[in-house]
Amino acid sequence: MPSVLTSVPSSVSSLRCRECSRTYEAGPAYTCEWCFGPLEAVYDYEAVAATVSRERIAAGPASIWRYAGLLPTTRRPAVDLGAGFTPLVRADRLAAELGLGELWIKDDTRNPTNSFKDRVVAVALSKAAELGFGTVACASTGNLANSVAAHAARAGLNSFVFVPADLEAGKTVTTAVYGGNLVAVEGNYDDVNRLCAELAGEHPWAFVNVNLRPYYAEGSKTLAFETAEQLGWTAPDHVVVPVASGSLLTKIAKGFDELGRVGLLDGEPAVRISGAQAQGCSPVAAAFAEGGDAIRPVKPSTIAKSLAIGNPADGWYALDVVRRSGGALAAVTDDEIVEGIRLLARTEGIFAETAGGVTIATLARLAAAGVVRRDERVVAYVTGHGLKTLDGIAPRVGPSATIAPTIDAFHRAYSTHILEARP
Amino acid sequence: MTAVPVRVRIPTQLRDLAGGEAEVGVEAGTVAEALAALEAVHPGFAERILDGDGSLRRFVNVFVAEEDVRFLQGLDTELSAGQVVSIVPAVAGGC
Repeated sequence: MPSVLTSVPSSVSSLRCRECSRTYEAGPAYTCEWCFGPLEAVYDYEAVAATVSRERIAAGPASIWRYAGLLPTTRRPAVDLGAGFTPLVRADRLAAELGLGELWIKDDTRNPTNSFKDRVVAVALSKAAELGFGTVACASTGNLANSVAAHAARAGLNSFVFVPADLEAGKTVTTAVYGGNLVAVEGNYDDVNRLCAELAGEHPWAFVNVNLRPYYAEGSKTLAFETAEQLGWTAPDHVVVPVASGSLLTKIAKGFDELGRVGLLDGEPAVRISGAQAQGCSPVAAAFAEGGDAIRPVKPSTIAKSLAIGNPADGWYALDVVRRSGGALAAVTDDEIVEGIRLLARTEGIFAETAGGVTIATLARLAAAGVVRRDERVVAYVTGHGLKTLDGIAPRVGPSATIAPTIDAFHRAYSTHILEARP
Repeated sequence: MTAVPVRVRIPTQLRDLAGGEAEVGVEAGTVAEALAALEAVHPGFAERILDGDGSLRRFVNVFVAEEDVRFLQGLDTELSAGQVVSIVPAVAGGC
């Protein structure tokens, strides 16, 4: 229904610094010129409340664009592969394993390029087109690379995608195939990020997570919007979200808050927000455990490469959201991550990437510690598909038996209990 | 600390203060001295980069030879001749 959508004006007129509140025109800017604080899109919530309704949203497309009134773009959807409106799956078998009651999985493996990044990229590239950019770029740990390359191809935009040179093969191939420029940088993600922050000052390109970051990050709010809509316009009690830069967690919290502000929920949302990190890169969880405010950057070493951001831009805000909401942050080992992937796969039939393993393993820890409770309606965000990170799990799973193509061989394997049958 | 010639990379947000230059050459022995030298030639830098008690603002990163100074000795990190000190906004990247 593009005709309905294009008639909706953007509710964003300016950007505002989260630190010092200075305001700026809604252009390609991301830091306050005064204090370097992050800029945020400013909405006129009264105007949004006057135009949005559950009925209008329900009549919209089965994608993030059904929430266009709460996204920072005008000409939408200028760039669209159909991101969003992914299944919210009731996970009773996993809940039983973890001793939980009502548990749901937001299955964002089911996006056009199989991760939640399609949400933020659709918004960022639509904004890039709106602002007249012909070239888009990003610093990525892989999922963003896939998504920027694919959306740029679809929109006919040039692309420059910068990734760490040691990225998983699964994420390199699934970026390069779209034909844009893929630049492998000899360094970790934080090196790539610094390079892009500097390049953004030298080239007139739309770096989705640098100079378009205030718009890009807003796309993650749709994970909260969809969850609430799919739960019959109620907010869950507790959500578990993977944390890399901290932006996703912060924006999911903002999404629930906005739904309350514009009157789409019954009552005020009171969602406990918990964050999941890998022990090999857990600067935010470490700050939470210590009880302080200082986020000390780390050198990442974890199989969860999509979460391997040692210097998290929104770490402080994520920490603040978690504390204010009564949630928690935990960090899990690489072994727990692999077990988390297997647990989700064998109980619910969903194959998550390593970041999803981090989320499930953290959920398991928080459930065991009584932080995530049996009487809560819980949603865990699984943000990327397992086929992208086969390296992490391949050594741990394989055939139950390898046999000659004969009935005898099969029965031998069966009788020696290599294979198991369930009633 | 012996002052040596180094180059300071200026982010776009602060180039107005440096007459539009992307890079400024200064003589300094440490990062703190480089920032002080920058302030001396182009007044106004210090209050933008440092907070009230003289430490780096939360959303400013400084790199010496591509390494975040927080992994080195912070503002006391020593410099050698010809090194590049980059001032980079911290709020970038991620998911």
